[in-house]
Amino acid sequence: MTKRILAVLANSVLALSMATGAAVLAAPAQGADEFVPAVVFDQGGKFDKSFNEAAYNGAERFKKETGIAYREFEITNESQREQAMRNMARRGASVIAAVGFSQTAAVDKVSREFPNTKFCLIDDKLELPNVQSVTFKEHEGSYLVGMLAAMASKTGKVGFVGGMDIPLIRNFLTGYEQGVKHVKADGEVITNMTGTTPAAWNDPTRGAELAKSQFGRGADIVFAAAGATGLGVLQAAVDSGKLGIGVDSNQNWVHPGHILTSMVKRVDVTVYDCMKTAKDGSWKAGHRVVGLKEEGVGYALDENNRKLVTPDMEKAVEEAKQQIIAGQLQVKPYQP
Amino acid sequence: MDEVFLAVILLVDATIRVATPLVLAAFAALYGERAGVVDIGLEGKMLAGAFFAAAVASSTGNPWLGLLAAVAASVALSLVHGFACITHNGNQVVSGMAINILVAGLAPTLAYAWFHQGGQTPLLPASARLPQIHLPGVEALSPIPIVGPIYREIFDDANVLIWLTVLVVVATQWVLTRTRFGLRLRAVGESPAAVDTAGISVTKLRYQAVIITGVLTGVAGAYLSTAHGAGFVRDMTAGKGYLALAALIFGKWRPWPTLFACLLFAFTDAVQVRLQGVPLPVVGVIPVQFIQMLPYVLTVLLLAGFVGKAVAPKASGIPYVKER
Repeated sequence: MTKRILAVLANSVLALSMATGAAVLAAPAQGADEFVPAVVFDQGGKFDKSFNEAAYNGAERFKKETGIAYREFEITNESQREQAMRNMARRGASVIAAVGFSQTAAVDKVSREFPNTKFCLIDDKLELPNVQSVTFKEHEGSYLVGMLAAMASKTGKVGFVGGMDIPLIRNFLTGYEQGVKHVKADGEVITNMTGTTPAAWNDPTRGAELAKSQFGRGADIVFAAAGATGLGVLQAAVDSGKLGIGVDSNQNWVHPGHILTSMVKRVDVTVYDCMKTAKDGSWKAGHRVVGLKEEGVGYALDENNRKLVTPDMEKAVEEAKQQIIAGQLQVKPYQP
Repeated sequence: MDEVFLAVILLVDATIRVATPLVLAAFAALYGERAGVVDIGLEGKMLAGAFFAAAVASSTGNPWLGLLAAVAASVALSLVHGFACITHNGNQVVSGMAINILVAGLAPTLAYAWFHQGGQTPLLPASARLPQIHLPGVEALSPIPIVGPIYREIFDDANVLIWLTVLVVVATQWVLTRTRFGLRLRAVGESPAAVDTAGISVTKLRYQAVIITGVLTGVAGAYLSTAHGAGFVRDMTAGKGYLALAALIFGKWRPWPTLFACLLFAFTDAVQVRLQGVPLPVVGVIPVQFIQMLPYVLTVLLLAGFVGKAVAPKASGIPYVKER
């Protein structure tokens, strides 16, 4: 009897979770000529105040300007990726923005099945006729925030907390280290990676613990490149009276006065452009790499961190920025 | 020398912070299992506690109300567990698992509906988090070698729930060995028939045990979201419930060894964090993946080599059916 109740209970839970998943996709099927953009977010969720939220902001901007609603799906486990994308395509989405490198395999497969649907892949590249892929020169933006960190640091030691240990995140680290060394040749970067699985993007408790361990070892500024895990890192920085550096979105507002700057990656612009160009017909397949020059990456300066960045610091960073854009200053990526 | 000493102290401090939710959850399970109710649903109850603590703290601004809500939610789930496996003699593992699955889906769904932040609660301001306790005389003691830094780094500014956990540990040892309730609780886990023959209600005792389990897991959850962290995030318990169960088995269902096991797990975790990217003598820098294996390797080694035979309470996991 009890077992039966439990079985029913378990089934209803399953049904419920499927229903919520399906509800997102259950928009009425539209005519083929209608323009329907779609976004598939990565794990971490669209309100991670970081990477996914940037994509969300881009899509929202498109919606506001054109009045065209978009469809969305938030991935909660690995097996949903392909399904979600295929569902979007089957239901007549005109263009699908796949946010995050972990969507690559799914895009690869589904884009071949639906050659008439356009795909935008962010953070990885695919050579397919209906896929536009965009990657960023994270090392260039990280170089600048590394410089800021080294200039603001009193101990000469700064921290870095990465999410999942992958080349993409190592790329942030490499740029950051070079930026720190540019200012202080003997500057030290204390590095931690949260984990080696996608769960590492969503473990703020661990992020906080990693940050605290770095403060214990003398760091007084920590750069979090770890999705929602970074929220824990920044919280730990505030709790310990140190400074944090945000990532992807401008996170300066999360803890005003405690975030030195944010290394912004204009995922919002990319998603917006993707939808916009698909709408007006100028959309092109192929691979684009955007860096400081294309304003695809950068550092954030606003009223929330104005007091933390002195005019001298700003001047030095702006100079370096111009040099990088002009090609006089080379920032090495993790994988050439 | 001084630097090494400070590093060790900070390591101990980190160990305590990481161990606290583990200890609370393991002791929660200890009450349940000593009374004969296996609780694999610790994870789910902690997650529910974490969610309700953060949700209530963020909407009322009062962390204590959050703590109450966490305990209430967790106890409610415990009672569901109790209803299924004490009253209806259901399978305890199935019921616990059902709770885990239920909460893993329900908490983000509710968070999504209430806060519209994609399954999270808003970040909590300092005033909506459980406070740290500032001890007197830190400055006065600071110059004293050894004692000063220990007092400053470990005892001062520890979260209020850490102190509560210390209390729970001591109280549990006392309750289990020195009180009538504790002795009966243990008896009901070993031989419920004997307890029943003595005229004591097995059902009542087991319900009391699962309620205590609920209270403690609720506190553990609240620690995660409103003391150590500042807000609820999907799946934020990250397997701590299961780790606590492992610690309980490792500790042979006894308070002190269980505490030791929790501290050991937390310690390896804290060491592991600090070893990343640090060049060691002879071997150099060890890859991250290797270091992250460390706690598990150590656990396996210890479990295989040093623990000896862990014997569960005899009636643990077996529903009691009164003879007709």
